Amino acid sequence: MTPTSIALEVNGERVEAQVLPRLNLADFLREHLQLTGTHVGCEHGVCGACTVRVNGEIVRACLMLAVQADGGAIETIEGLSDSGEVADLQDAFRKRNALQCGYCTPGMLIAAQDLLKQNADPSREQIREHLSGNYCRCTGYQAIVDAVESTARLRRSRA
Amino acid sequence: MKAAAFAYARAKSVDDALQLLAGHGDRAKVLSGGQSLMPAMNLRLISPELIVDIGGISELLGIVVQGDILRIGALTRHVDIQRSPEIAAYAPLLAEAIAHVAHPAIRNRGTLGGSLAHADPAAELPACMLALDATIVVLGTGGEQRIAAVDFFQGMFQTALSVDELLVAVELPIARKNGLHYFHEFARRHGDYAIAGLAAYAAIEAGIFTKLRPAFFAVGDRPLLAEAADRLIDVTVTPKLLSEVSSAVGDELDPQDDQQASANMRRHLAQVLFIRCVAMMLDRPELAGGAA
Amino acid sequence: MTAASDKPETLSVLDRPNSYIGKTVPRPNLDRLMQGRGQYVSDIELPRMAHVVFLRSPHAHARIVKIDAAAAKAMPGVITVATGQELAAVITPWVGVLSHMKGLKSAPQYAIAIDRVCWQGEAVAAVVATSRALAEDATESIVVEYEELEAVTDMRTALDPPTPVIHAALGDNLAFERTHNAGAVDQGFADADEVVEAEFVFGRHTGVTLEPRAVVADWNAAEARLTIYQGSQAPHMVQNIAALHLGLEERQVRVVCKDVGGSFGIKVHIYADEMATYALSKLLRRPVKFVADRVESFNTDIHARDHRCKGKIGVKRDGTIVAFEIDDLTGIGPYSMYPRTSAIEANQVVNLVGGPYLTKNYRARARVVFQNKNVMCQYRAVGHPIACSVTEGLVDLAAMKIGMDPVEIRRRNLIADDAYPCVSPSGLRFEKLSHHASLNKLLSMMDYDRLRVEQAGLRKQNIHRGVGIASFIEVTNPSAAFYGVGGAKISSQDGVAVRLDAQGAVICQTSITEQGQGSESLTAQIVGSVLGVPMSRVRVILGDTDNTPYGGGTWASRGAGIGGEAALQATKILRRNILDVASAILQSTPAELDIADGIVVNSNDGAPRIELKELARIVYFRPDTLPPGIQPELMATKHYVPREYPFAFTNGVQASWLEVDTETGFVKLLKHWVVEDCGTIINPQLVDEQIRGGVVQGLGAALFEKCIYDERGQLTNANMADYLVPMSGEMPDIDIGHVVSPTTESELGAKGAGEAGTAGAAAAVANAVNDALSPFGVTITEIPLTPQVILTALGGF
Repeated sequence: MTPTSIALEVNGERVEAQVLPRLNLADFLREHLQLTGTHVGCEHGVCGACTVRVNGEIVRACLMLAVQADGGAIETIEGLSDSGEVADLQDAFRKRNALQCGYCTPGMLIAAQDLLKQNADPSREQIREHLSGNYCRCTGYQAIVDAVESTARLRRSRA
Repeated sequence: MKAAAFAYARAKSVDDALQLLAGHGDRAKVLSGGQSLMPAMNLRLISPELIVDIGGISELLGIVVQGDILRIGALTRHVDIQRSPEIAAYAPLLAEAIAHVAHPAIRNRGTLGGSLAHADPAAELPACMLALDATIVVLGTGGEQRIAAVDFFQGMFQTALSVDELLVAVELPIARKNGLHYFHEFARRHGDYAIAGLAAYAAIEAGIFTKLRPAFFAVGDRPLLAEAADRLIDVTVTPKLLSEVSSAVGDELDPQDDQQASANMRRHLAQVLFIRCVAMMLDRPELAGGAA
Repeated sequence: MTAASDKPETLSVLDRPNSYIGKTVPRPNLDRLMQGRGQYVSDIELPRMAHVVFLRSPHAHARIVKIDAAAAKAMPGVITVATGQELAAVITPWVGVLSHMKGLKSAPQYAIAIDRVCWQGEAVAAVVATSRALAEDATESIVVEYEELEAVTDMRTALDPPTPVIHAALGDNLAFERTHNAGAVDQGFADADEVVEAEFVFGRHTGVTLEPRAVVADWNAAEARLTIYQGSQAPHMVQNIAALHLGLEERQVRVVCKDVGGSFGIKVHIYADEMATYALSKLLRRPVKFVADRVESFNTDIHARDHRCKGKIGVKRDGTIVAFEIDDLTGIGPYSMYPRTSAIEANQVVNLVGGPYLTKNYRARARVVFQNKNVMCQYRAVGHPIACSVTEGLVDLAAMKIGMDPVEIRRRNLIADDAYPCVSPSGLRFEKLSHHASLNKLLSMMDYDRLRVEQAGLRKQNIHRGVGIASFIEVTNPSAAFYGVGGAKISSQDGVAVRLDAQGAVICQTSITEQGQGSESLTAQIVGSVLGVPMSRVRVILGDTDNTPYGGGTWASRGAGIGGEAALQATKILRRNILDVASAILQSTPAELDIADGIVVNSNDGAPRIELKELARIVYFRPDTLPPGIQPELMATKHYVPREYPFAFTNGVQASWLEVDTETGFVKLLKHWVVEDCGTIINPQLVDEQIRGGVVQGLGAALFEKCIYDERGQLTNANMADYLVPMSGEMPDIDIGHVVSPTTESELGAKGAGEAGTAGAAAAVANAVNDALSPFGVTITEIPLTPQVILTALGGF
């Protein structure tokens, strides 16, 4: 099978690569670009560990082919961290211990940020619902909900 | 698991896609949103030779009102349906159902066409198409076909589509002023496939149904429009009648036994949904024993 | 080197100024995890690293007639295809038995099956290739001829004569049996006014760590050294076993544990496919990476909790429980797991049933039987959930039978808070527990009486809510009594080495390990507190057998109690050593000096005398300026092992408040409470978060999780859509309170807390569901309590 050329933006940087069609976006990010912050947990789109942003919207990187990302703008947890976009969320996560092993955390932060961009004042139920596709085995979720809630409050007070 | 190797082609137009499909028959698969196709491929449940990516075909986009009809392009993503003012105004059942489809990240990629062509018996959108009396618009090398939703879903993961055809749009009559909808599903967790679900559209005048289209999902090998519901049209619904009709509805269903629920349990849940639906639509909570 | 002063400290180390002990401080070094810059095993890339994929048996029990790998070997990227025979020449088989589990028997297990596969998912061949995808491609073209054999898939009939014996040499399918008889049980039941019996059935489930099991094995032939990168909770144990079975000395094996994406006991065991990976690296003389995919995880990560337990309780009309009796049956896999054995869970069940209660009459039998299903072994709270669900379920049944409130019956039977030390009927020695204080605190936190009023009111509207209570005891800080006495090379002691670096910061090496619970933080908090330096100046090194003292690691809730004590003691010595040098430099005495905020100060007025940074400079670079004869020592090592009590027991009580939709069988969890007594709490937030995470795993067991095998031994729900793990939408908020009963065995006084949440959560939920359904005269003693189970019990259709 012949490799296909793709050109895309990853965390604001232009990337050109030759990829086999079967390579999924998660593996492309991890193996070709060594951006290992995007984690693989199930490869069937259920656990949310591979959540990234494509053209500003969250997707499961394991359910997208790298070739489908051609011409797109991808953002991973590394990019969102370096730009400072989720700095306050990360601070809240740290203070509240909303992460333990950290494996779900990149996906969780990206999903939480996605919620807060759409809803500046989510209820705890709404937070739980938006994060209902991100599996965490360590925290039992409450600390994560607390951290997202407190970040929302802080952002509203600064708005 | 990593998907087996395949060739990849990005179709530039519907004609282009149809030619590619015609060339490979059942050894090719259409890639739309990929939210059902990719898991199957990653798990190596299927290993197509060729993937035809229709994601770039702009003619398959768009939500347009044309007179009495709402036309939704096959590439319309679930999130687009959620956000669309036209859907909210003219097919609010869809907007409500979409919130139950998986999770936000899936809804950002999954498409209406993909969901309908995949025809998972537990999926929400196929049932909505039955409830809304939709027409599925299909294009093949032989031309256009317009298939009523009731005829389109033919079995578990089986539709009227042949391997060299493409679902390009659905058309629905726009919701009427006296139109009401109901959507509910029983699922173990948010976003899971339903154990039993009901998408219903009705028209009511002075407390009487003039139309009632309850479409069940996850209770058979395909979504089912319960014909027994017709007995509630143009009559005053009494608890006794509702119970009889609910029983008849149960008889129409042919639910599957699986790990989540037995066939009997599914039938029971479907009946609970039906009763709750009727009670809610008629605004008569006492019909559902208070707890609706 | 002058001797330490004879004058004792007026404050204990726990009360020192600026102490972090008992403080909620954020864990250090979280940024790398939050920025996606952690290093999990699956992230590791080494030069010439190859990838291994295992071809796994589709049959639960079959003879391997022939393996034809010729086509596979010729496929692109394939480096080798190995079968069990080839690997047996590199790595020896093992048997999962320990001598203190009397009568436990098991057959030898190979890294890859030879001649016969004994569970669906067991590896029959390994393909090593330049990528995982290419290895998977090649695996598909291996042709294996199997002769299917009858599979043992029902534990209830595993010992029946017609059932095939899986390992003929063992004689039968009984791996282990234990009986226990204490007090006068028959007399107890004879004296009872009511006797209630029930069979408790538990769904087999598994850990589902978000990061699957992963190993990178790197045999460097030129150095004759094997480096294993693995998310193990017990690196020294892995070092020992890898060396033993590969014919190496332990010093030739280094085990490195960086970031671990969840373990909960899953990654504390020795797996055949991981041993195969070590062997392949040695065979191929290059690094080999194995990352289980999710389907493999379900089929091969240890399962747990597959029990059917008959329970019986005798009670008098005044609420006195007169006897407990159980007959527990558990169906494991075809092999007892190595090296911790698959008998420990059943053994724990026998040990723990009835634990919180006064009753001296207790009889138990537990049998562990082999099956052709995945292997089973210790997973968070090992045996406790079974014992607690049975005990607390029986107590509620007794209460119902005599018409007594479930809280009241517990008040009358829990061991009094001043009755310690004492010994349970199963021989457990309790130093100090607080069942009553915990229960009282729980009742006040949840406003029990108000919930009962609410329940009664809603029942009239056909809304059915229930309250469930579960008391429990928890094994923590295990001594050698757990494994060592049985011959396992699993250390029950841990060590910490602390030193001052050339800039006056503290480098601390500890043998406990981190999987996200906060081992690094608790160590830094203790070191910082005891020494008198800010936590930000303490660097903790863990998870590397080359760079830490020898120790057991983190499991069985031992990290804080044992590793924490070692950190405390080591730091006390370092502090003394520093003050010795300081007093020589300052011409003072150690008693007149203290260390606070990284500076040596006067102990009477806190005036700064010399910064640690300056002291370190002098010691390391200008010892010529020190008084004659002084040999400063800015490093100290201490190990700690519990000697007095074989286990430090903790206790707690949980409550669940939920609603059952009796039309559909669906359960909505409204709220959960835990009061836990784990002794000295080092970081309250970390302890509470361990409890919350543990509770949610127990809630998963109560309502959702079950490995569903068919009668042919096929695991039918080996994916995350069909095996249901708790997600955020269905979980309640969990309120937590504490009672504190420190252990006097250590200076720190900390017991463990990691498993308490899991021990009692399912019991509380089951009791709550039964409480909700009591108007219907229905009691269910099976979990998971799925809508199907509940509706069937209600006769709903």
